[in-house]
Amino acid sequence: MIAETCVLPIKVEPAENYLNAEHSIRSWLLTTDHKRIGLLYMVSITLFFFVGGAAAALMRIELLTPRADLVTSATYNKLFTLHGVVMVWFFLIPSIPTVLGNFLVPMMIGARDVAFPRLNLASWYLFMGGGALTLWSIVAGGVDTGWTFYTPYSSTYANGHVIAMATGIFIAGFGSIATGLNFIVTIHKMRAPGLTWFRLPLFIWAIYTTSLILVLATPVLAITLALMALERIFGVGIFNPAMGGDPLLFQHLFWFYSHPAVYIMILPGMGVVSEVIPCFARKSMFGYRYVAYATVAIGVFGFLVWGHHMFVSSQSIYAGMIFSTLSFLVSIPSAIKVFNWTSTLYKGSITFQTPMLYAFGFIGLFTVGGMTGLILAALAVDVHLHDTYFVIAHFHYIMVGGAVMGYLGGLHFWWPKISGRMYCEWLAKLSAATIFLGFNLTFFPQFILGYLGMPRRYPVYAPEFQVLNVLSTAGASILAVGYLLPLAYLLWSLRYGKPAGRNPWQATGLEWTTQSPPLRDNFETPPVVTREPYQYDAQAAELEAANHG
Amino acid sequence: MADLSVIQSATHAPQFDDAAQQREAATFGMWVFLATEVLFFGGMFLAYTVYRLAYPAAFAEASRHTLIAVGGTNTAILLISSATMAFAVRAAKERQRATLAWLLLATGALGALFLGIKGFEYAHEVSEHLLPGRNFHFQGPHPDHAQMFFYIYFLMTGVHAFHLTIGVILIAWFALRAWKTDAFAKNDTAVELLGLYWHFVDIVWVFLFPLIYLVNRH
Repeated sequence: MIAETCVLPIKVEPAENYLNAEHSIRSWLLTTDHKRIGLLYMVSITLFFFVGGAAAALMRIELLTPRADLVTSATYNKLFTLHGVVMVWFFLIPSIPTVLGNFLVPMMIGARDVAFPRLNLASWYLFMGGGALTLWSIVAGGVDTGWTFYTPYSSTYANGHVIAMATGIFIAGFGSIATGLNFIVTIHKMRAPGLTWFRLPLFIWAIYTTSLILVLATPVLAITLALMALERIFGVGIFNPAMGGDPLLFQHLFWFYSHPAVYIMILPGMGVVSEVIPCFARKSMFGYRYVAYATVAIGVFGFLVWGHHMFVSSQSIYAGMIFSTLSFLVSIPSAIKVFNWTSTLYKGSITFQTPMLYAFGFIGLFTVGGMTGLILAALAVDVHLHDTYFVIAHFHYIMVGGAVMGYLGGLHFWWPKISGRMYCEWLAKLSAATIFLGFNLTFFPQFILGYLGMPRRYPVYAPEFQVLNVLSTAGASILAVGYLLPLAYLLWSLRYGKPAGRNPWQATGLEWTTQSPPLRDNFETPPVVTREPYQYDAQAAELEAANHG
Repeated sequence: MADLSVIQSATHAPQFDDAAQQREAATFGMWVFLATEVLFFGGMFLAYTVYRLAYPAAFAEASRHTLIAVGGTNTAILLISSATMAFAVRAAKERQRATLAWLLLATGALGALFLGIKGFEYAHEVSEHLLPGRNFHFQGPHPDHAQMFFYIYFLMTGVHAFHLTIGVILIAWFALRAWKTDAFAKNDTAVELLGLYWHFVDIVWVFLFPLIYLVNRH
């Protein structure tokens, strides 16, 4: 039956909606519709994802052998810089907030659009302008500093287009700030009647906290990159010890942004999981308020732990101890979330549709990533593990195992709402399983490599590490297949997918009460909210009563 | 920055339920924007603090090379401009179109005067070889550390002047609109938000003035 719906083209005339309201290129490039802007972002970040992925693929192929035989050391430096910069700033940070957030925030709170629709479009242009400049700096010769732009690599000794790339990130950063500002104002001021803070979906709590981090941390990154670029242009030494400057100041400023940025990447994924788990367990969220509080707590703690990136940087040992303790504390709200998701599953009527598979993958991989984070947060152990593949594996479990799984899970969950079509379920399940297996095969060996002492950012390594590196590269190949599959079947579903209807998952939430794809103004009649979110128990009772009645 | 043009229409934009919601959203948006500005300047204030603590003697010596009379005059000019801006917001609330236009004009003129004086001050410092870079010359025991002071000085006052320039342009545009049209007759939110921005830029200067000119003058 499932296979049948996947191969039979179904011709239907969709009702008027935001997708077919207008057709010209202009109607897309000058749109102020939050849903269309979400799709503009979706196309853009997919492009960036495959650019960053190509760099990762080249690195993994290079690491098949212990010698630098595919690329030179200089090229390898440029590859990991490209991979980091593109994946962090042009895929992970914008991913869920700008694609799913743009699409869903107004719909979930019962609004017609975000508070500042033109500013929203301007954010996308800033993002694309910054992205274009960054891509140009790569094509023009690349940058070899690593995505962290540490001085003096980026100032005194830099070869390459550091200023162009930093300017690109600077510009895109203002797009992030504008997006965060828009969401904060929208969530504060435009909620439907009756939609109190504790009736908000947890996805909104996650996007709200993420937006706070975006508006408070990104300006610091902007000024940090500006200081670094000015140092390069004018030859003054704010980060140059030869002229009385302090390179550690750069690291403090950089991580004051870039550690909270980790939570910009993971919190929205947690928000997606908090929507998916109750829906496919048919239960209300266990400890809803605590998950909401934990979301905000992670955002607050996230600002206080940046020094754990600098344990071996000559930072004071007492500062290190405080940062270590605070880093341990982040695990408390994180664990609250994991326990509450699993408690929600308890005695639930669980079905294993694609979004749920991604949510399960998220919980498992995020837990591994989080627990290994505790190992790295321990001062003494970090001295051994710092700058090894253990760190690489740890943050890829969070960012790829967590954030990317969350993004893909959310994309599959809301795809019927976005496109009005169902994708091919068995292919989607296959790709979710492929991604999970490929991911673990890629990154689990890297924990071992790091523990054994293999440093990051080198194209050459000791011959005894080869077996684990070959395993990792094999996993990356599987992962690549898993990422290409959704591109194919999601595009296919746009034309041939079964019409989704309003609410294919019988989910609660305002976005499911309107047609798929939604109207330009989202709702036929402005919604009024009368109950808490995730009333799956009540919904089941109503269905039960209806069946017996 | 908050989408100023949205809030100038006498009615409300389609995404809002009513004019009150639009007003609240726009005002809140401006406050959030100013919060991002605090963090943006915060990075530079941090750099200043770190190096002043590291090199107190050089910072005190370098600070004595700044023109305190010029800086003091500029401080007075900005404080007066804040007052005229506050009166302008009041005039917009009272629907006094001509008064609003004149007060905005006065505020903008004071802002421009500040920028002009700042320009003369910069020119003087460049001629004294105090601009960091190859031509920097400083008589004293720690020229490198003094150069750090002047780097941060030019950076922070430069970024401040950039913000002020945007403010002057917006004020000039608003003054013209207040004079020619009745754009603010039914909706004074935009003037109020411009006022918030202007006061913020003034407050930054209020912090900059003692940090730059008064390090060791008593």
